[in-house]
Amino acid sequence: MIPNLLDKVWIVPSLMASSFLIILFFGKRVGTRATAGIGIVAVSLALVFSVCVAGQWINRVNNPPTGEQLAAEAVAASGLTPQSGTNIVGEKLPETVINSGDHSGTDHSGTDHSSTESSTTEHSTAETDSVSGPASMVVSAVSIGENASAMAASEQAAASEGESGGEHSSVPPIVSTTTWFTVAGINFEVGTLLDGLAAMMLITVCIISLLVHIYSTEYLRGDIRYTHYYAFLSLFTASMLFYVLSSNTLQMLVGWELVGVCSFGLIGHWWEEKKNTDAALKAFLTNRVGDIGLILGVTITFFAAGASSFNVLHLNEYALGGNANTALLLVGALCLFGGVTSKSGQFPLHTWLPDAMAGPTPVSALIHAATMVVAGVYLIARLYGVFFAGLGIGSSSLHYVAFIGGFTTIIGGLLAFVQTDLKKVLAYSTISQLGYMVMALGVGAWTAGVFHLFTHAFFKACLFLGAGSVSHACHHTFDMREMGGLRKKMPITHGTFLVATLALAGIFPLAGFWSKDEILAGASAGQENAYTLMLVFGLITAFLTAAYMGRAYWMTFWGEYRGHAHPHESPKVITVPLVILAACAVFLGFTNFPKSFFGIELPGGVTTRFEHYVEPTFAFPPLQHAEFTPWLAVVSTILAAGGLFIAYQYYEKNRGPHGLTQRNKGARAGYTFLENKYYLDVLYTDIIAADTKGPLARAAYWFNMNVLDGVVNSLGTGARKIAGFVYRDIDQLVLDGIVNGSGSVSEKSGQMLRHVQTGRVQQYAAILFAGAVVLAGVFVFVI
Amino acid sequence: MLVNQFLFLGAILFCIGVYGVLARRNAVLVLMSIELILNSVNINLVAFGAMWHVTDPSNLSGQVFALFVIAIAAAEVGVGLAIVLLIHRNRQSIDVNDVDLMKG
Repeated sequence: MIPNLLDKVWIVPSLMASSFLIILFFGKRVGTRATAGIGIVAVSLALVFSVCVAGQWINRVNNPPTGEQLAAEAVAASGLTPQSGTNIVGEKLPETVINSGDHSGTDHSGTDHSSTESSTTEHSTAETDSVSGPASMVVSAVSIGENASAMAASEQAAASEGESGGEHSSVPPIVSTTTWFTVAGINFEVGTLLDGLAAMMLITVCIISLLVHIYSTEYLRGDIRYTHYYAFLSLFTASMLFYVLSSNTLQMLVGWELVGVCSFGLIGHWWEEKKNTDAALKAFLTNRVGDIGLILGVTITFFAAGASSFNVLHLNEYALGGNANTALLLVGALCLFGGVTSKSGQFPLHTWLPDAMAGPTPVSALIHAATMVVAGVYLIARLYGVFFAGLGIGSSSLHYVAFIGGFTTIIGGLLAFVQTDLKKVLAYSTISQLGYMVMALGVGAWTAGVFHLFTHAFFKACLFLGAGSVSHACHHTFDMREMGGLRKKMPITHGTFLVATLALAGIFPLAGFWSKDEILAGASAGQENAYTLMLVFGLITAFLTAAYMGRAYWMTFWGEYRGHAHPHESPKVITVPLVILAACAVFLGFTNFPKSFFGIELPGGVTTRFEHYVEPTFAFPPLQHAEFTPWLAVVSTILAAGGLFIAYQYYEKNRGPHGLTQRNKGARAGYTFLENKYYLDVLYTDIIAADTKGPLARAAYWFNMNVLDGVVNSLGTGARKIAGFVYRDIDQLVLDGIVNGSGSVSEKSGQMLRHVQTGRVQQYAAILFAGAVVLAGVFVFVI
Repeated sequence: MLVNQFLFLGAILFCIGVYGVLARRNAVLVLMSIELILNSVNINLVAFGAMWHVTDPSNLSGQVFALFVIAIAAAEVGVGLAIVLLIHRNRQSIDVNDVDLMKG
């Protein structure tokens, strides 16, 4: 029996952090193989731990703890040490028992959302338990205790009916915190928050990190900074795990910055070339722009929620609490979205991500495709209450986050067409897919967005590692014009790349199909209003994705080989991770089957498992889950297949309007516009930066010369004048005058008095007697 | 018997003593003049003591005080003569005007 690990997940990032330290201090001594071994062992342990944690979480969801158990957990935690322990969120919130009755089966969904499209889709009895009013999302331990038996009964009933997919029993996340420091009576805590979302991220990060560690042993064989590379990989994994487990926004900020540093270090891994250092700097500085927003957002939400705690659940509870200041939340959410914009490559701060491909390819797979760049998406998912309430996701049909997500997904997809560098195609594809996720979260399809994050991580990592494998075989070039015809020379790489391409394009039944389809369904259903514009964006992108991936695939693997190397299949260390990832790309979509698929009712034990285990039930808005929409699935699949077909015709069969860009002015202008990446880099570097730095430098120089130097100089002159005055008038005249004066006065008085002292006793006696006579006179005559 | 006759005698002796102290240049004579002053005081003390003795027979303060003064005077003359002797030995003179080493 494995002990309860749910409150000990801090071990996972700690493992990687210790691996980082060991590699840092002993890596050079133990040699390259051992260095890689340390990293691989650490990630493997972390993965095993994460799988156990996920298993226990699933077990916890399947057997929701009763009120007594929750109370016992809380007591055990508080009895452990006064400052650290497991906090069950529910017991903090004794006030929200208003709607506790909803959980035992009052029908809410039909009345609340009868006007929405989703209500026309199936609402089985399971739905009655899943959706309740906003005030009832946070359920106190007391109410759980009261309703434990009723809930358990309804759960079992639902499960036995095969409809437990929509069932959401209240399973509080596990929060273990310890006090970091205390300022002004506010406890700043550090700790872990474990729920389905965090557990999912743990597994995703660990699996991809492990595969990348293994892959890198071959890909970076003989690299000059091998130890440095593995140290950074470990540090990155540790930071990312730390970030996803953060229990409060302050801690998230730390993790966020740490992954940024690792990204910087790894993009600039080959810093001998100026191009790479420039890319690293660009990534770092662009992210700084967004981080300002993140810091502001963290601060604003902290103060908005009563300035008492940075705790994620506390913030979400406040935001969804009903008496939240929506205007403040809107500003806070937009500031936080600034951070998301830079980290997750949203328009207009996405420009760093393609340049970040200057780093080693496994790093691109791990950091700039699968894990780090989804930190922003994760931030939205984690603080969904804040975003939901602040932006009015539930009631709106268009708002900033959804629009930026949708817009990014299109512009990223368009840019991918003009790239000749295979990795850059994938980079723009990543931008596009990140936009998809943000858009999904923006339209209220939380599960769809997070599910897409999950599936995308695997097939995008597969694509990147496949591209690395190709480049490994072709003299380290990524230029697709020098590839072609590799399908026979590299059969395994080709096969896995094809599977991942189809998954990304969203072809049935691969992983991308399910997640993309859920997003489209979510956009078409919305919460109260459909997000029609987002649906259009999503469908266009479905076509674009398939088309540019088809272009990349045919240019790389079909036709005649155009390069000058002798390509060969990569060794097993590279191909095995590819095969594993390709398998994930095939099967992971099955983790979230819809409830009914083209009218086929699927058994409850297999549908919407991902939603069931990952979607939070505490401090989370009451979301409507869009059902599988057959016409959308058909349309999107046709679009994807059409994209692939057109790419095939155009790039493989050489049909279609080739040379249009030479003949047609409009097409040429469009091509140039895309090739220059919408002139955003020009805007940033040549217009904003250049126009700022000249006047800024001049202003700074003027300020320096006139104000700062003026202040300093006048301070100096003033001090000199004051000192002169003090010396001359006070020290020399007054003080010395007093001293000298008292000396000379006493000298002169002494000179005068010396005549009195004659040394003659009789004279003294005469004075004595004279005095006595005077005194006698006084006594006799006066008194 | 009137007390003022004694007081008058004491005053005369005191004046002679003061004159001797201030005017004489011989150190021995200065010492003797001091004795005169002290004895004039003694006369006063004894006179008043006798006067008070009539009204209060138990009160002998004046006489006792006079005895103390005599004893102190003897000691003082002893020390004074010793100083004079030493001065004479060193300077072969006992003129008080010559002894002005403390002149400022």
